[in-house]
Amino acid sequence: MFPAVPQPHEAPDDGAGRHAHDDHGRDRHAPDDHAHDHHGHGDHDHGSELSEMALRVRALESLLIEKGYVEEATLDELVQTYEQRIGPRNGAMVVARAWIEPAFRQWLLQDASAAIHSMGFTGRQGEHMVAVENTPQVHNLVVCTLCSCYPWPVLGLPPTWYKSPPYRSRVVIDPHGVLADFGLRLPPETRIRVWDSTAEIRYLVIPMRPAGTDGWSADELATLVSRDSMIGTAIAATPAVKATS
Amino acid sequence: MNGGQDLGGMMGFGPVRPEQEPKDGGQLFHEPWEQSAFAITLAAGGLGLWNIDQSRQMRESLHPADYLRASYYEIWVKGLERLLLERGLLTADELASGRVHEPPVPVKPLPAAQVWPSLSRGTPYSRPPQTPGRFKVGESVRTRNEHPVGHTRLPRYVRDKVGTIERCHGVFVFADSNAAGAGEAPQWLYTVRFNGRDLWGDGGDPLLTVSVDAWESYLVPA
Repeated sequence: MFPAVPQPHEAPDDGAGRHAHDDHGRDRHAPDDHAHDHHGHGDHDHGSELSEMALRVRALESLLIEKGYVEEATLDELVQTYEQRIGPRNGAMVVARAWIEPAFRQWLLQDASAAIHSMGFTGRQGEHMVAVENTPQVHNLVVCTLCSCYPWPVLGLPPTWYKSPPYRSRVVIDPHGVLADFGLRLPPETRIRVWDSTAEIRYLVIPMRPAGTDGWSADELATLVSRDSMIGTAIAATPAVKATS
Repeated sequence: MNGGQDLGGMMGFGPVRPEQEPKDGGQLFHEPWEQSAFAITLAAGGLGLWNIDQSRQMRESLHPADYLRASYYEIWVKGLERLLLERGLLTADELASGRVHEPPVPVKPLPAAQVWPSLSRGTPYSRPPQTPGRFKVGESVRTRNEHPVGHTRLPRYVRDKVGTIERCHGVFVFADSNAAGAGEAPQWLYTVRFNGRDLWGDGGDPLLTVSVDAWESYLVPA
């Protein structure tokens, strides 16, 4: 039942939504779909680096399940939680409330952990929060140059660029250049403040509230608050842009 | 350690490639194996046999060339494999063959019903202060010029630099000690702000400031 030579099980992405959200969270494997000898680099020539990783992870997962270290249902639940339950919508609700309620904004700036936890956004990688506010003079940007620290309860899991060398290396030395990669050009007199998450403090940027949103509800305002605007690589959408996007 | 993870100020990686967020059609996981890599890393971490600083230290121990070439979930997987080997949960033979050879080490796996309670509880790293903090907000400090071979959270680009204490966060588990398995050794933690020109010289952005979170033992009065 085990092939002598590992086969690349991962067909190229067929673009048919293999990774789309679904009921069970994860793409399941057939029980006999094991791979082995995935460390045998050099003595065979198969597949791409990608499919080698797919084989390697599949073999590792199978070992962990077979030895009773992890449970398949737990793995599904973990993926499902971050695909469906925790994401940047949480942070957008925090920001929208800060725009509407001055007392909440003050609380958020003084004790972000308490203010954010009071909305139910608690837990892993959001235990200790700091909120930093953009103004016409100051623009904040968050990074983790050493790994991928990110406020999960309010933003979900980080996008790939946040964890990758181009962003992590450059945003601390050339923030305007990084912002240009995102199509964002700030006035040159803007003071840029970069927050490198080197301990267990996690940062949330409060973008400026766009003009033309007087009287909007928190739910409506939250639709203008993108993930990137809470990292600092974007600003909040304006009503006109949102309406045409 | 001065490993591949310490990226601040490096050059030559090319442009950042923005991604849409999932609600706009972007993908949280780009390949099915990334889902597995994420889930097995968290589930294995849920065994409670290592702490987050030890996970980070293992990822940093990859060869720098491997680290810089790898996608982030690949780094996670390779770090996890090393932890599993080091703790005796898997053998090198098992990893190489994909087959179980040794009986399992007795552990308590994280049940699915505990995923949400465990995630939403989190793991607070603050500890009650035993002594007063050494530094006050507004004070000038210099970061130590130290290059430990173990895990540390003071990036190279802010070593031996003068900055200003911006916030005092209280007392936190000290990553360097926690990663070494030498106990939590909690210390006062501060946000320290540096001017762009003090970090990057005359070519630096005069309007830029960069702040890092630094434990007290990283700092001396300036």
